[in-house]
Parts: sequence; C-alpha cells; structure tokens
Amino acid sequence: MSRTIITAVGKDTPGIIASISTFLDTKEINILDISQTIVSGIFNMMMIVNTDSMSGTFDELTSDLKKIAENLGIDIRCQREDIFDMMHRI
Amino acid sequence: MINISEAFETQNMIQHENLDVRTVTMGISLLDCADRDVDKTCENIRSKIKKLAGNLAKTADEISAEFGVPIVNKRISVTPIALVGASCCKSTDDFVKIAKALDGTAKELNINFMGGFSALVSKGMTTSDRLLMESLPDVLSSTENLCCSINVGTTKSGINMDAVRLMGRIVRKTAEKTKDIGSYGCAKLVVLCNAPDDNPFMAGAFHGVTEPDAVINVGVSGPGVVKAALEKVHGKSFQILCDTIKKTSFKITRVGQLVAQEAASRLNVPFGIIDLSLAPTPAVGDSVADIIHEMGIEYCGAPGTTAALALLNDQVKKGGVMASSYVGGLSGAFIPVSEDQGMIEAARAGALTIEKLEAMTCVCSVGLDMIAVPGDTSAATISGIIADEAAIGMINQKTTAVRIIPVIGHKAGEEYPYGGLMGTAHIMKVNSFKCDEFISRAGRIPAPIHSFKN
Repeated sequence: MSRTIITAVGKDTPGIIASISTFLDTKEINILDISQTIVSGIFNMMMIVNTDSMSGTFDELTSDLKKIAENLGIDIRCQREDIFDMMHRI
Repeated sequence: MINISEAFETQNMIQHENLDVRTVTMGISLLDCADRDVDKTCENIRSKIKKLAGNLAKTADEISAEFGVPIVNKRISVTPIALVGASCCKSTDDFVKIAKALDGTAKELNINFMGGFSALVSKGMTTSDRLLMESLPDVLSSTENLCCSINVGTTKSGINMDAVRLMGRIVRKTAEKTKDIGSYGCAKLVVLCNAPDDNPFMAGAFHGVTEPDAVINVGVSGPGVVKAALEKVHGKSFQILCDTIKKTSFKITRVGQLVAQEAASRLNVPFGIIDLSLAPTPAVGDSVADIIHEMGIEYCGAPGTTAALALLNDQVKKGGVMASSYVGGLSGAFIPVSEDQGMIEAARAGALTIEKLEAMTCVCSVGLDMIAVPGDTSAATISGIIADEAAIGMINQKTTAVRIIPVIGHKAGEEYPYGGLMGTAHIMKVNSFKCDEFISRAGRIPAPIHSFKN
C-alpha cells in the first residue's frame, strides 16, 4: 500500500478537517488514521492516507493541498510515509 | 504507525533546522569514451553522460517533492579525465576542449557541478597527467561548473613531491587567471591525499576506476539538526552528548539512504554509497562551528576544538553506519571556512588560524577547505601547506585535502564575498617563514612503514 502523511499546522479555525477530507474524497484518497492536537490555539493535525487509487499525480495533490492551505491561512504538507518510517523505525 | 510527534519532529528538522540531502551524485565511467581524436572523445563523453544522467535533475526534483525533503545539489562525477584523455590529448588545449565539453554538458542537464577533471599522481605523473595539471589554470578560468582534483599522495605509495611542487604553481596561476573574481578558480580545485573513489562531494568528486559503469552516491547533511538536538542536552555529560549525536546522525542518514535507494531505482543505476557528512552552508543555523560552540567552546579554534571535533566526527560515523550498510566517500564533519558562518565569525574574531585548522584536519573528514590566504603567498608556501596536509593523510591513513585560494590583490584580515554556497572568505594570515629549499627537492616521500601490511 502506498501511504502518504498529510500534516496541517496553523491557527485553529472551523472547517480545516472538513475542507481537507472533502478534497481527499474527490481525489479518491482514503483516510486511514487521523490525529490532532490544539495547543494555545495552534492546530496540529496528521492524517495517514492511502494513495494507491488516487486520481491525478502526486505533484497535483501537493499543489491542490497548497491552494486549500492558502484559503484556510494554514500550512499543509504531504509527504510519502517512507521518510517518517525510515527516520523513526529500525 | 507513525505518531503525530514523530511526524512533526521530521518536519521541524526540514523546515527549521536545515535538514536536507546535500547531493545526489551520479558517478559515470568514461573509460569507453576514449578515442584517438579529441573531438570524437568529446562527442562520446557528451552522449554517454546525456544517456545516463539525462533525467538526473528531474528525478531528484520529483523525489524531493514526494518525500518533502530538499535535495540541494544534483551532480555528476566522471572517470579521472587524465585517463580518458590519455590517448587523444597532445596539448593542454586538448584538455581544455574536453573540459568545455564536460562543462557544457553539465549546464545542458541542469547539473550543479561536474567533478572528475582529475589526475591520480601519488607515485608519478604520466605525460597525460602532467598535461592535465598544466591545463588547469585555463580550464578553471574558462569553465563554470567543472571541478578539478589532483591526488598527490596515498598511504600505500607516499607523496609525489614533484606533483606537490607543480600544484603550488598551478594554484597560483589559477588565482592570477581568475583575479577579477577573487581568484575564484581555486575554489573549484582541490589537492588530495588518499582520495576516495566514491566521494559525492565537490570539488574532490571523481568516479574511480574500481567503480561500475554508473552509480548513485548520496551525500547527506544536517549540522543544524545536530546543533538543535544538542541544545536540548546543554551542559549534560559526554555520554548523553555522544548518544544525542549518534541518534541524530542515524535519522539524518536514513533519509539519505531512502533518497539514494529511490534515485537508484528510478534511474536504473546501482546504489553506491552514502557519504555521512555534516556539510555546512553559509546559511545561519547550518554550521559545524556552531555545533562545536554548543558543546561549550567559545569560538571554533579555541583550545578544546580538536577534541570536540574528534568526538563529533566519531559519533556521526557511529550513528550513521547503523543507518546504511554502504557508507563511503569522505564521511565526517566538513570544515570549509568560508562556507560556514560560525567558522567565518571565528576567523574574524582571531580564534581560528591555519595552524589550528591543520590540527583539526587530523580528526575530521577532509582538510584545509576553502581557506583564503593573502594574494602574495608564494607557490612554494602553498606547496608546503599541501605537503603538510598530505603528510597528515598519509601517516593517519585518512583522506586529507587542500582547497586554498590566494586572493590576488588582497591582504590578511580582508574579506572577499564569493556568495552562494561558497560564502564569504576571511583572508587568513600565513606563516611567512620559507620552505622553498624543501619544496625544490625532486622525487617523492616514501610510503610510511605501517603501509607494508602484505
């Protein structure tokens, strides 16, 4: 399975998760796990998603998420899960 | 499954602590490009490099985007050109032709630097080696992205002092030829002892004759990440200090390993090695000198610096070897003075001298790197500095190197801003006592007694 980690950081506002997950639905990307914390009004969220049957390229996914981030005034990044696995798991 | 704090730790390293993959370097053998005709040789070289590395820059950018880690440089190293050009180069102009072909190909492929305009002369110079060395001032002043290196010594064969003497003159000539740009030509020229065949870092990268047709070598970096980790254990014991460096080095190297595997598989070229180096840049927060400062040394160069650097270098290796089975190249902490903001400040403050840097090179991965000296430094003195470094490498069975820039028209204490990765050079004072008689002796220094291991 090809898994990607999407992270979002920024000032907490309503609709962050809704915007991201609605977009992921249109791309046929399945959310496998989601966790979030809010510390002093700063929203931190991590989603693990399955990009096996994703429509479009990874590049498009990155740039589309960037547009959503700009609209929400937050920072969203997506990276393939391998980099985190390599760094944190032996 | 990865948890949220691990995800943000990785992102913090990339976004705030300058974690990056410093270079993905494709080594390419050009041995089969040799022809009796120099123009045909150039054509063969261009077509082979384009065939193998045509997608290198694009692939590295794709990997960078997917994994979210910057890949700063895409480079190519080739077979030492003194070997490739031996059958067709009858003059220094012929070598300049090959140099321009390499430089042009690098530009065409969007490659940052091409390395391997090199000669390996530790025991003696062939006619081709000598011609290549004599062509260097013209090559370095007429090309932009081509790096040149000469290996003048090894532990197994000693130091070729004829080559050391010649290189002193070549460095000076190159400085004169590029004096309008701060003698910048010398920044692309390095004189090595015990040069590795698989180094991905410039200016000393070349694709050794022991290597396959093509290979992917990756140089990792991350002094900022190590420094940030050490800030969290400020004042703690050496054991905690060492453990922290090892853990950080492991993480950095694993990222390099991932990028190397991906690049090798996408380019259909075998993976060679990971070079575990802490390579600084002039950016604030990306400095090896700052790590030494964080360990408790006021300025890099103060007493204690050599011990701190030895500890750092050793722990980086110990952490890194666990992360990759194939470690090679230079592997260790680099101390290029002009390219490291903390080193520049230490040199300005008068804490860092050439003599102290020489001591530091006994315990770190390379040598006197990006050292600017007064423009009136003689060829013999430059040869003396090269000989000293080569001796350290030969006796200690390690790689050492000299990348020295006599900045024509400038004196000790002045500064020259090269900009970009090359940073700002603080011109350092050179010992003014002479070594001309020693350098003018012909022949070579024999290999040390501990090299006879058979």
